Amino acid sequence: MSRKPPSLFVEREVYRKRRMIDAARVLPILGAALFFLPVLWRSPEGLGLPTTHLMGYLFGIWLLLTVGAAALSSYIASVPEPDEDPPEARG
Amino acid sequence: MATLNLLVLVCLLYVALLFAVAFGADRAALHGRSRWLRSSLVYTLSLSIYCTAWTFYGAVGFAARSGLEYLTIYLGPTLVMIGWWYTLRKMVRIGRSQRITSIADLISSRYGKSTLLAVLVTVIAVIGTMPYIALQLQSVALSFDAFAKAEPDAGAPNTEATALWVALGLAIFTVLFGTRNLNANERHHGVVMAIALEAVVKLFALLAVGVFVVWGLSGGLGDTLARIDASNIARWEVSGSRWVGLTMLSAMAFICLPRMFQVMVVENEDESHLRTASWAFPTYMMLISLFVVPIAVVGLDILPEGSNPDLFVLTLPLHAGQDGLAILSFLGGFSSATSMVIVAAIALSTMLSNHIVMPIWLRMSGKHAMMSGDVREVALLARRFSIVFVVLLGYAYFRLSGGGAALAAMGLVSFAGVAQFLPAMMGGIFWRGATRAGALAGLVIGAMIWLYTMFLPSFGASLLMPQAVLDHGLFGQAWLRPYALFWTNGMDPVVHAVMWSLTLNTLTFVTVSIFSFPSPLERLQGAQFVNVFRHSSTTGTWSGGLAQSEDLLTLAQRIMGAAPAQQFFAAAAQRQGLAGYLPEPSTDFLQELERELSASVGGATAHAMVSQIVGGATVSVEDLMAVADETAQIMEYSNQLEAKSLELQRAARQLREANDKLTQMSAQKDSFLSQISHELRTPMTSLRSFSEILRDSNDLTSEETRRYASIIHDEALRLTRLLDDLLDLSVLENGQVVMNDQVGTLQSVLDRCTAMAVGEGRKLEIIRNREAEDIVLHTDLDRLAQVFINLISNARKYSDAEKPVLTIRSALDRDRVLIDFTDNGSGIPTEEQSVIFEKFARVGQNEAGGAGLGLAICREIMQRLGGSITYLPGQSGTAFRVTLPVSARIAAQ
Repeated sequence: MSRKPPSLFVEREVYRKRRMIDAARVLPILGAALFFLPVLWRSPEGLGLPTTHLMGYLFGIWLLLTVGAAALSSYIASVPEPDEDPPEARG
Repeated sequence: MATLNLLVLVCLLYVALLFAVAFGADRAALHGRSRWLRSSLVYTLSLSIYCTAWTFYGAVGFAARSGLEYLTIYLGPTLVMIGWWYTLRKMVRIGRSQRITSIADLISSRYGKSTLLAVLVTVIAVIGTMPYIALQLQSVALSFDAFAKAEPDAGAPNTEATALWVALGLAIFTVLFGTRNLNANERHHGVVMAIALEAVVKLFALLAVGVFVVWGLSGGLGDTLARIDASNIARWEVSGSRWVGLTMLSAMAFICLPRMFQVMVVENEDESHLRTASWAFPTYMMLISLFVVPIAVVGLDILPEGSNPDLFVLTLPLHAGQDGLAILSFLGGFSSATSMVIVAAIALSTMLSNHIVMPIWLRMSGKHAMMSGDVREVALLARRFSIVFVVLLGYAYFRLSGGGAALAAMGLVSFAGVAQFLPAMMGGIFWRGATRAGALAGLVIGAMIWLYTMFLPSFGASLLMPQAVLDHGLFGQAWLRPYALFWTNGMDPVVHAVMWSLTLNTLTFVTVSIFSFPSPLERLQGAQFVNVFRHSSTTGTWSGGLAQSEDLLTLAQRIMGAAPAQQFFAAAAQRQGLAGYLPEPSTDFLQELERELSASVGGATAHAMVSQIVGGATVSVEDLMAVADETAQIMEYSNQLEAKSLELQRAARQLREANDKLTQMSAQKDSFLSQISHELRTPMTSLRSFSEILRDSNDLTSEETRRYASIIHDEALRLTRLLDDLLDLSVLENGQVVMNDQVGTLQSVLDRCTAMAVGEGRKLEIIRNREAEDIVLHTDLDRLAQVFINLISNARKYSDAEKPVLTIRSALDRDRVLIDFTDNGSGIPTEEQSVIFEKFARVGQNEAGGAGLGLAICREIMQRLGGSITYLPGQSGTAFRVTLPVSARIAAQ
């Protein structure tokens, strides 16, 4: 085919961007795990944990997730992709 | 005291502001001054229609009833937005490249533009959205109620009438701004701007109420936390299944809700906006849910027992006498409700008119309707009626459900309904094996289970769902109880319904997909959807007429090659009486083109491609180009490969032949060298030994000396002869010899030869036929004589007869002279006949040892003279036939 075969390796910056995209993919999975964690928590007396503690925990995770997502998405946007190939096909 | 009249006035003013904003945005977009309309901020704010009156009022009620569980409704979408790279990015790209107008359009396009599927999705979406719209109407009506109750002198207003008025008002607003343009791909700038403004209002209002409650009513952050710890929602008492189940349900609904699809995909201007919204919208949701628990707790604490917790946001400021804040809060709730109803109505009306009303109308009015210009008007009218219809359906649900249910419970019914789209949609985007039959089956199963276990029971015991069925199952079958399907007792009803409907939906979808076979169009669409990042460009429009022909030409060029395609198009244009390369896309021409294309890509694909371009379809031309390009490239590539491989085969064969020849020649050279060294060694050995005897022995008699010297002489002669022969042969073989053209009779040549050959050695009788020998020859007579002498002396030397006789017969055969030399000996054995012309070939062992080069030289000479010499088998003795052309030219040097 006349299309040039994609080279096996990419330069450092693009490589970093790909890894950041990987991180962006891991982020929701991590978020889900952390959000679902309170299901398993019990205080020593067998009661549920105090709502105020959990609010602190959940909103804290929430804040971290949004900050993380903002950092990742702005980084991904700042590095131009060399071509339009699906990045998941290369590493 | 806030009066109802003031409230109505504020409401009307607010709506007027919305009108102004929407109108201004539409005008700005029309004049191209729409850059600020297309910012990622507006996009993010427009997504906030996810936060409806359910959020504004219902979340507090939800929290008052079951603590932190209300958060699940926002955690799910947060995860979806943060994981935008997985699904939303692909959905938006597909939506843009395939010009998708609604979620029904997306699903039906993916599965081969199935009308049936589009209708099914539309119906489920409309039914699923009913509770949601009812929720909004109920919340607005309730908030009016709350104000009315706070005013002692006013009579109790009619909640149902309020809801109806709100519904009608919203319908009018939506009709005015939602159906200004027909093309769903042109964004509703006005509406989007208005809902962005409403997003700001509702966030601000909720935050204001929250701040007032925490710092105004509760006395600061610490006090508020203490109140929470003292309240009846102080402890985490959420069941795990509900926590996980509702989070996942809200995540799924966020993707599948028709109105979310509308703002997220259809109204999307730029894919990069999604990137911003991926963190900005979760932040919005976090802020809006921040003060929910404090408001709920303070409301439970301060307000009298039995107050509706769904209205705490409104009744707390009212209770504290903060009328301004109460009105702001009312406007926030009003904004939440109206923005949702407006967008949902637009999304659903697009689906209703595109997939249900228009197909029916076109079928009823016959084919001629396609030609007339009033289709646009009909479509707009259909859309307007659909909007009113959708809003009124919501009102009907509100009336039917009695208006008493908790807002969150009504919202969850909707969520579970639209979540049924998820398997078909995700399967369609990520799995090429998903088929239309699978999607249909999955949707039907899922929707039926949802209706049975969630939607119908949401009205309570009614005509459609009698108490007996609720208690004992359909037809008294215990395993068919709506809240305990398949004997799964004790599950939470919501989790139960979602689990069963989605599990069976997915299972049916996958199973039927695996065992069914998709149509060609379905497969084409499947590839386009799943591989959208490989093919699609994000923009591109085309219109009818010559532009279609141009698209067709571009397509044809990519498949047929540039020159043939242009020729084909020019010829077609000429037949139509047009100049240039672009004929009118008439039916005849299209059929011809299709046939032409099908030669390259197969009939089905060609049909799909041509009908895509001409048929006003949603598959973009660019996408087809991508397919065509790939096909053409692959074909070209395989042709090149084939040609190259043939060439290589030829070259390899030639090389093999050359190599064989070289090997053979090398072997010949080796054997020649070994033979010649052998031939030279024999005489050399005698020469050396006899000369040593002569040198070293002093007592030799003169007799012996003479004998030895003569042996040396003979051997030297033999060696010379051998070397002469070799030289002769080499000269002949290399073609360096010069042949002289002479004229003479055969008779004279033979005379000379016999005279010379008979002169020495054994006596040989030669029998000749002199009359037959009177033939004139034009050839090198000396060389010919050399051949003859060789043959005659061979006969004399090797004939084993007692009295050797050689018969020479000459004959003229057309233009050739045949001369046979036959002796009376025993002949040459058959197995040796093939080698006698080779160098150093000698028959048997005899003392008159020649070098074995004579016949080889004869053969070379005869070839040079244009004739041949062969052994003639089947005679009485050894026989050779010399053939010579009568007047042959001497073979070219």
